[in-house]
Amino acid sequence: MSEKVGVYICHCGTNISGVVDVNEVTRWASLQPNVAIAREYKFMCSSLGQELIIADIKEQGLTRVVVSACSPHLHEKTFRSACSRAGLNPYLFEMANIRELDSWATEDHDAATHKAKSMTRGAIDRVVQQFPLEPIPVDIKPDTLVLGGGITGITAALELANAGCKVYLVEREPSIGGHMAQWDKTFPTLDCAACILTPRMVEAGQHPNITLLTYSEVEAVEGYLGNFTITARKKARYVNEELCTGCAICEEKCPKKVTDEVFNAGLGTRKAIYRPFPQAVPKYPVIDTTSCTYFVKGKCKACEIFCPPGAIDFNQKDEILTMEVGNIILATGYDPFDARKISQYGYGRLANVFTSVEFERMVNAAGPTAGKIVLRDGQTEPKSIAIIHCVGSRDENNNEYCSRVCCMYSLKFAHLIKERLPHAEVTNFYIDIRAAGKRYEEFYHRVMKEGVHFIRGRVAEVTDAARTVEEEGKLIVQAFDTLYGSQRRIPADMVVLSVGVEASRDSRQVANMFGLGCDFNGFFIERHPKLDPVMTMVEGIYIAGACQSPMAIPESVAQASAAAARVMGVITQKTVMMEPVKASIDAERCSGCRICNNLCPYSAIIFHDDQKKSEVLTALCQGCGTCVAACPSAAISGAHFTHDQIMSQIAGILWDVREASPELV
Amino acid sequence: MSESYEPIIVGFLCNWCSYRAADLAGTARLRYAPNMRPIRVMCSGRVEPEMVLKALADGADGVLIAGCHPGECHYIEGNLKALRRHALLQRLLMQFGIEPERVQILWASASEGPKLAEAVDQMTAKLKELGPLQWPKSVLDGSNHREAQTAGVSESVSSIQEVR
Repeated sequence: MSEKVGVYICHCGTNISGVVDVNEVTRWASLQPNVAIAREYKFMCSSLGQELIIADIKEQGLTRVVVSACSPHLHEKTFRSACSRAGLNPYLFEMANIRELDSWATEDHDAATHKAKSMTRGAIDRVVQQFPLEPIPVDIKPDTLVLGGGITGITAALELANAGCKVYLVEREPSIGGHMAQWDKTFPTLDCAACILTPRMVEAGQHPNITLLTYSEVEAVEGYLGNFTITARKKARYVNEELCTGCAICEEKCPKKVTDEVFNAGLGTRKAIYRPFPQAVPKYPVIDTTSCTYFVKGKCKACEIFCPPGAIDFNQKDEILTMEVGNIILATGYDPFDARKISQYGYGRLANVFTSVEFERMVNAAGPTAGKIVLRDGQTEPKSIAIIHCVGSRDENNNEYCSRVCCMYSLKFAHLIKERLPHAEVTNFYIDIRAAGKRYEEFYHRVMKEGVHFIRGRVAEVTDAARTVEEEGKLIVQAFDTLYGSQRRIPADMVVLSVGVEASRDSRQVANMFGLGCDFNGFFIERHPKLDPVMTMVEGIYIAGACQSPMAIPESVAQASAAAARVMGVITQKTVMMEPVKASIDAERCSGCRICNNLCPYSAIIFHDDQKKSEVLTALCQGCGTCVAACPSAAISGAHFTHDQIMSQIAGILWDVREASPELV
Repeated sequence: MSESYEPIIVGFLCNWCSYRAADLAGTARLRYAPNMRPIRVMCSGRVEPEMVLKALADGADGVLIAGCHPGECHYIEGNLKALRRHALLQRLLMQFGIEPERVQILWASASEGPKLAEAVDQMTAKLKELGPLQWPKSVLDGSNHREAQTAGVSESVSSIQEVR
């Protein structure tokens, strides 16, 4: 067999060539068996780089192509399509990842160059064994699942629904709206959050193309691009949605008050039967069985007695629903940082230390204090307020990243305090002010002009141990002022901790369920951080909003629209081409032992009793190759990961040992 | 290469978790031993015992099989199949007189770049301790035909000879 392999080594600027001697690898590659031509280029993925490959295929008659560059997860598609354009079957291409797995992982130039050679040789020996494959067409189911009913999920669902696509919008809480529904004003425009959000919630709730599933959680996901089957649990509300009119008399009559830890962040109360907030969508309340007197003690039923349409149903059961969708958008959002983790700031120990979430609820006119800024006693107006930035962000002990929204909402707090308590002293403790956004910097200047104080320094401690008479009875915020060059102790009646944004606590479970990856911090990994932020590594699954990385409302909404547009792009194609990486059984060699039948996790292998042979159902096969590895007759082959291909690659990457001791072979 | 011994590890990385963990380790510029030469497979369940033996026979000093955590396999349970094969393989290696530490299995999810990098470092250190793989003479000239204990093992014995 003699193939004409073209080998292309990428410098990737200096990302690769800074460590790997690209010229040496290229020179060496040109001497390897089957190699017709070896070239190096600054950026192989650029159009000029791709043109090199195309021209060589056409002019030199290359039959195989190897590119040694970055991860195949990044650019395999790019080069496959370049091969296609030149008339070469894209599966006659192989990639060696000499960036992520080599030049970025070591500083040892010699070792990196040697490893690059090995990986390239592995790819060369493998590609020779590869054969042409044709992608398999897959029909796309037209419906979409949007998981998470915050502003991101709502926007994505509305974009799709308005374009005529059917959407299932699934939300865990009893109402859609997410965190945004908790906030008072939005920076920097000072729009009231509820005023801009609730119309969208109502639109989503009433849209004929949106099936709203609140108080529901996805329990299982099966399938692949175009054909996902979703199993969701719709938790019992104990309220019949057909009958409930949303009059809220049940809430009024319910005798059981509990602290509202979720929507009001522990600052207010709600009843055992409740809607998180009056504008909730849908309007139906839920009964919290852990606090409802009937569920705890077996009697009460006040809600049932007073409900005019008789909608209360204590016997309601959870429902298990299945949905068939073609695409999935995850908009599962974030969780605020738990301020208790930084004990020196005293949250939970010092009464008048508040988190920003509590403060949002407090300044909200519909909140527990009706918008009045008061101390924990519920009546005293503070005369001085300290706002501490970067709580849980830009902090090696917690999260190293910047949460991106805290500077701006802290400035917004400062403004709102000045608006409501004009004589209060407001002091911001910040590391840097990050006001990068449309009209953000202007807002910062506006707040400065309003007489808000700014101290540049990370706060060391919040304490109630007074040293002077002025500090008596106050909280003292101690920080090193890096502009002033000295320690400062600022007494304040109230301290607000601007907590950062963290990946939602169960993001890893969600990622596992959908087969995605999470980064170190638990945020979902996008296909490309710059160029493909809403796509994941799993075909058909998209991410939007703060589940990808901390972001404010405008970016979340933009991502939601972007993800929706991507989904629409797939839906309108009706069929897409799927990777032909599938197993198949050579009936001649199959002994009918049935070992593979039970191994297949997708039950994609059936046994023909009459012929005593097994067969792979291509549509169900996901291409894992478990059966291929197990077949004792070697009758199963896994396309693009065949026995010969992998064995050749093993031999290839160990070229040096073989050359050093030929007796081994 | 002679003055300081650098072991060679062949790493079978599953496409969904471990390969991505390795990508992440690189993207995060974690520095780890350059001794692991990766081979991408769709699932750790795809790794045939024969491939591991082939790597060892062709000159690798160790083999790392890395997959998703149990219960997190992209293909539901391919990694568990890999785990079962790994247990058998280790028995086989011991019969050959080869240190079982030379073939290791690792679970690294896509977010566990540091875990993968650390495992490669540790394995490299371990292999430096063990020194280069010396196939026992008895295995090389095929004189170690004691009764094999299970059918699976005897099959693999014949396959290693095919490879050689």
